[in-house]
Amino acid sequence: MTSLIGWRDQCFQILFVVAAAPLLAGWLQTVRALLQNRRSAGILQPYRDLFRLFHKETLIPEQSSWLFQFAPYVMFGAKIMAVAIVPIIANGLPLASAADVIALVGLLAVARIFQVLADMDTGTAFGSYGAHREMLISALAEPALLAALFTASLLARSTSLVQIVHLSQIQLFSIHPSMVFAAIAFGFVLLVENARIPVDNPATHLELTMIHEAMVLEYSGRHLALLEWAAQLKLFLYMTIGFALFLPWGIAAKPSLTSLVIAAGLVLVKLFFAVVVLALVETLLAKKRLFRVPEFAITGFLFGVIGLLSHFMLGS
Amino acid sequence: MIMHSILAHSAIISPVLRILAAWMLVLSFALLAQRRLLSLIRLLAWQGVTLAVGTALVAQLTGDPILWVSAVLTLSIKGILMPYVLHYLLRRLQVRGDVEMTLNVPSTQLLGILLVVFAFSIAAPLDGYLPAATHGMLGIALAAFLLSFLMMITRRKAISQIVGFLAMDNALFFAATSATLGMPLIVELGIALDTLIGLVVIGVFFFQIRDTFDSLDLHYLEHIREDK
Repeated sequence: MTSLIGWRDQCFQILFVVAAAPLLAGWLQTVRALLQNRRSAGILQPYRDLFRLFHKETLIPEQSSWLFQFAPYVMFGAKIMAVAIVPIIANGLPLASAADVIALVGLLAVARIFQVLADMDTGTAFGSYGAHREMLISALAEPALLAALFTASLLARSTSLVQIVHLSQIQLFSIHPSMVFAAIAFGFVLLVENARIPVDNPATHLELTMIHEAMVLEYSGRHLALLEWAAQLKLFLYMTIGFALFLPWGIAAKPSLTSLVIAAGLVLVKLFFAVVVLALVETLLAKKRLFRVPEFAITGFLFGVIGLLSHFMLGS
Repeated sequence: MIMHSILAHSAIISPVLRILAAWMLVLSFALLAQRRLLSLIRLLAWQGVTLAVGTALVAQLTGDPILWVSAVLTLSIKGILMPYVLHYLLRRLQVRGDVEMTLNVPSTQLLGILLVVFAFSIAAPLDGYLPAATHGMLGIALAAFLLSFLMMITRRKAISQIVGFLAMDNALFFAATSATLGMPLIVELGIALDTLIGLVVIGVFFFQIRDTFDSLDLHYLEHIREDK
């Protein structure tokens, strides 16, 4: 019986996140537009974009192999699997025990590798340089993410996200110096991995600087829709991983429908404020030159390592 | 008496002291990565302010009135006076542009991480001899010291090397106040005056170097020239 309730929660979380991810992107665009004195297209615009793309014709480059068509599905699927194992609105879900933080980073890496392979598969210059840039930057961002996650794991003495969230709800990890550094490192990784402004600007197609857009340039129709949706899911996922590690309050511990709804509402409130902060960061900072981006990513890594080291050195 | 008050206060103060210590390390890394001279001086001033707050906290922890004097002195000399003097030098010398580095920023920072690990592993066995509230501080101070040293090595311009030198002094000071809960005031005064006079002497050198080479790049000093 309990397992049945667990699976109900699991399905609720996955459906909730998949449905709410475009809303998050829409809200981010709206806040950015407000901050920059522009008129926004409305919070629901990403839904309309997705709907339009799903009904458009899907073109496939002549020289490409099966990998090109396969990659969007792998990326979307990997994001959904990641959503299933992170305690977003409920802790201790049935699938959560299947993977720990290292596997979570691995899932995100699988998505990235398929995107990079698909880009090189088309053989165009844009696709392959986008892929190269992505690998250059993610090679620096991934260790930073792992360092931040390991800091939390060291405090909880477990790499399981369930255990980390459970202990951190009781013991208030967030006030430890090592967790403060881990949180800063995580913020850097969030900006780098989600193609946010100091690193990349998905709103432009400037070939000198674009990373994310160079990689989706060859895609159209439903493939592009899936890729856009996967990118929105990724932002949602990173923000909620951040909440699970550093602001774990409100994640439902006991399985009841009301607590689930309350937890979902709380996640939306947290996201509301997180997006405002992100929009402020994106408005206040300027896009960095491409060759300064590794410096940015390595600063994130630095904070992660300082977090790890200060855990060992200061014992907290 | 002192030990008793340490036990009473350490529950509140030592976490703050730890965050300050970690902040000191972050500032050292920021110094290592910063390209602009003005920002370097600002970071140095922040280091001085951090030191002053740390000393004030240790003063609160131990109840030693001399440390309060030391905190005020630190704030006025390291937090305000020295950055001001450097700022003045920068304006008088009309130095502009980015600092030239001999090594790029990511490799410098990775080297810095290795130095921190090295410093921590050297300082860890010494923790047993220190008061519990300051465990780990010596490692951070040593790490900040080595990072400032690395900064001096990787910079070419004379002003940024001086900033590295002053950051080294800050790290030593941090080691003295937080790891050993303060040293005699006369020693602190002596060191502070020494650095201040050193700064003045080096300032005079700056003008000499610039007059001779038309640049503050110490690279030129490596060539031996014959007087004609």
